[in-house]
Amino acid sequence: MDFTLKIWRQENSTAKGRFETYKVAEISPDCSFLEMLDILNQDLINKIEKPVCFDHDCREGICGACGLYINGRPHGPDSAVTTCQLHMRKFKDKDTIVIEPWRAKPFPIIKDLIVDRSALDKIIQAGGYISVNTGGVPDANTIPVPRQNYETAMDAASCIACGACVAACKNASAMLFVAAKVSQFAVLPQGQVEAKERAIRMVAKMDELGFGNCTNTGSCEAECPKSISLSHIARLNREYLHAKLT
Amino acid sequence: MTKLNPRIPEGPLAEKWTNYKATQKLVNPANKRKLDIIVVGTGLAGASAAASLGELGFNVKAFCYQDSPRRAHSIAAQGGINAAKNYPNDGDSVYRLYYDTIKGGDYRAREANVYRLAEVSGNIIDQCVAQGVPFAREYGGLLENRSFGGAQVSRTFYARGQTGQQLLLGAYSALMRQVDAGTVKLFPRNEMLDVVLIDGKARGIITRNLVNGKIERHFGHAVVIATGGYGRAFFLSTNAMGSNGSAVWQVYKKGAYFANPAFVQIHPTCIPVHGSYQSKLTLMSESLRNDGRIWVPKKKEDAEALRAGTKKPKDIAEDDRDYYLERRYPAFGNLVPRDVASRAAKERCDAGFGVGSGLAVYLDFNESIKRLGKHVIEERYGNLFQMYEKIVDDNPYETPMMIYPAIHYCMGGIWVDYELMTSIPGLFSIGECNFSDHGANRLGASALMQGLADGYFILPYTIQNYLAAEILTPRMPVTNPAFEEAEYNIQERLNKLMQIKGTQSVDHIHRKFGLRLWDLVGMSRTKEGLTEAVKEFALLRQEFWNDARITGDQNELNQELEKASRVADFIEIGELMARDALQREESCGGHFREEYQTPEGEASRNDENFMFVGAWEYKGTGNEPVLHKEPLVYENIKVQTRNYKI
Ligand SMILES: Cc1cc2nc3c(=O)[nH]c(=O)nc-3n(C[C@H](O)[C@H](O)[C@H](O)COP(=O)(O)OP(=O)(O)OC[C@H]3O[C@@H](n4cnc5c(N)ncnc54)[C@H](O)[C@@H]3O)c2cc1C
Ligand code: SF4
Ligand code: FES
Repeated sequence: MDFTLKIWRQENSTAKGRFETYKVAEISPDCSFLEMLDILNQDLINKIEKPVCFDHDCREGICGACGLYINGRPHGPDSAVTTCQLHMRKFKDKDTIVIEPWRAKPFPIIKDLIVDRSALDKIIQAGGYISVNTGGVPDANTIPVPRQNYETAMDAASCIACGACVAACKNASAMLFVAAKVSQFAVLPQGQVEAKERAIRMVAKMDELGFGNCTNTGSCEAECPKSISLSHIARLNREYLHAKLT
Repeated sequence: MTKLNPRIPEGPLAEKWTNYKATQKLVNPANKRKLDIIVVGTGLAGASAAASLGELGFNVKAFCYQDSPRRAHSIAAQGGINAAKNYPNDGDSVYRLYYDTIKGGDYRAREANVYRLAEVSGNIIDQCVAQGVPFAREYGGLLENRSFGGAQVSRTFYARGQTGQQLLLGAYSALMRQVDAGTVKLFPRNEMLDVVLIDGKARGIITRNLVNGKIERHFGHAVVIATGGYGRAFFLSTNAMGSNGSAVWQVYKKGAYFANPAFVQIHPTCIPVHGSYQSKLTLMSESLRNDGRIWVPKKKEDAEALRAGTKKPKDIAEDDRDYYLERRYPAFGNLVPRDVASRAAKERCDAGFGVGSGLAVYLDFNESIKRLGKHVIEERYGNLFQMYEKIVDDNPYETPMMIYPAIHYCMGGIWVDYELMTSIPGLFSIGECNFSDHGANRLGASALMQGLADGYFILPYTIQNYLAAEILTPRMPVTNPAFEEAEYNIQERLNKLMQIKGTQSVDHIHRKFGLRLWDLVGMSRTKEGLTEAVKEFALLRQEFWNDARITGDQNELNQELEKASRVADFIEIGELMARDALQREESCGGHFREEYQTPEGEASRNDENFMFVGAWEYKGTGNEPVLHKEPLVYENIKVQTRNYKI
């Protein structure tokens, strides 16, 4: 397959960015999107040009490092996958593909397609944990968890912090990400003690870092590679209200 | 030879760790604040160690090359983590876990370390559950277990197919809590390029800030290396793209011994290679072998028809299928250890019975779907099936998966003693990058266990035994000549890389080298091949330094430069792997020398001459390194031939 690529190039955080057009040819439909970019980069290196920088590591859809805005959608046209798990068979031969970095104020561009998502770590630092020190904890089976709660916690815990929800949201809200973490702990007995403080601190941190408000548009859920459900946002809202009122 | 003292505590095996803890030196709380500890790597091992050390009150600096600790390669582990809890009441115990691990590693691991690992395994599960890690649950709300390759009991805890992710997120959140508390300072997007020694002790590191290319110096009273495995040397592997052997290699060059480099693990259930553009291999969790049956056709003409696409797997009658693992190893069947399963697959494919491209076998769920219902299989492995379908574009509920072995894990690594200290005082190594607990073969679900055991429960104690003597050592300024010199050398190395301006891309050289490494030092090895490899890799090293092409600039985010530095190290590691494999004239675990096999094609060990850890000492690039041997003594176990048939 042959493609025309329009890729956002930007030297560094302060430089002005621009779109560049590249061609790639004879791409196998079984190629992943990132492997297609590898091929482009090899061409660029052969021409002694700078390859396109993008974040990636596991290439298995689990580390959350890769994230590209492809033809106007985070992680591209396929549903419930990350960019590294997107395959070229999802495109048509001779397509033009537009590739941009995540665009959101709290995610400043570092270079080309790489953005700084450390804001997500800062939100976790503001209470996205259960406060236990190493050692001195009870035997694991003394904390039974109803199967249903385990399932819900696990669904929420699958979030990979890719940031697609933020990129997809017209308000650049990190609500789905925050909700996933709050929700995971809200349904587990271990998370109860700090529940109120957690919800309040994490939401406050999100606001402080410049993420927008949630207006229930739902594009986050639609673009989330791990199909994190909006119902977690509803739970976060309940937790937050409860925390504020009591 | 004194440097190779494993410092195993006296006393009976089952009491060593308890006794050690009761008598080791501690650092009092007021003094902990005065001590800086550098932790390089924030995977399971590094994150759990950094968090635990921070909780204790030490000043911790934690480094990783990703943008966040949560993205470390540990995140990708799927199947599960072992612990001797005996919750399923099937007869498990600390002794049995220790026994299985030693036997699984083909009696090439240090007994005292492995026993301790089994001993603390239960605490890991308690710790993770307390952190909110969502392990699978029974309907009664208690924890659920499954079995894993190489074990006859169900001792594996799991979180869907995302165990590594959930465990790492647990350790990561503990780490984030310490960052918030100010005990840990985090340095993401920073790569360690060298360790700094002052008066023979590890006192800091040199890093490159990957965003702006700045070289920085960091002091620590002790340095902990937790940088994972070097399996990506092979180019195609199941490891993350940035996984590297560089930190390990730099400390080796500074005098730490490198143990058993030839012991790498091949994982039997990966998605086979399908194109020359491919950048990595995807693993399918080994837990699939619990319910999937592995087969190839009995008749060559069927195999040919399957390869040509004129027949489909369902066209092969039951009687014409060769469930070769069940046939050869009736006691363990599809659950034999990884090295055995991998070699058996290679054997069938080499004999002409492979399917797909010829380098693949079937993993078939048809029977278990019939027996248990599709929903049960979906519940157990749904995300793996989905992942397979996305990659291969084929529905594994209907046609069997195709799998083939791939490089997966490094049992070899930095040599450490019982305290997890390397042969350089003050330099520690934990997790996959040390050599300690898996012998010649790693059983499933044991790496996660080791990483967390080291990080949560072992290092935080043992490092204090060293640091207790350091409380009077003031923080040293990084203007110390040792720092200056190390930084100078790093600058020189980077300049040299940028100035090669050759014709071949780094990936191109890496791919070429990786293929040769796989051919000569991969699933099976011979004396000729290994001798050839040692020579060839030395030439490749020169080719790299003469002809690599690195575009861009040194003082900016430059992924080609990052790769180049890693590949330069991989080539040298490959050479050492070949030397080590050549020296070890026996077959054991993941190390298979064709000259040493039984008439049935099983690995044939030579306990009389090779029951030792081979630890290499660096003597300069291009010079022959020196091999030191740490004899392995098994006081509590009868050394047997591994046998998975009965
Ligand atoms: C696909 C897959 C599935 C697996 N499944 C299982 C399983 O089911 N059960 C099991 O027990 N094991 C499994 N394993 C093995 C297990 O995941 C790893 O052995 C383990 O996670 C390694 O942990 P670690 O902390 O030692 O290293 P890693 O998680 O690899 O972490 C390395 C860290 O070091 C950092 N780093 C590396 N080099 C540098 C440098 N030079 N400077 C700064 N930082 C650096 C990285 O940024 C990272 O933070 C699996 C492995 C793979 C690949
Ligand atoms: S909620 Fe979904 S889209 Fe948002 S960070 Fe998590 S995985 Fe990514
Ligand atoms: S590279 Fe890890 S999720 Fe895509």
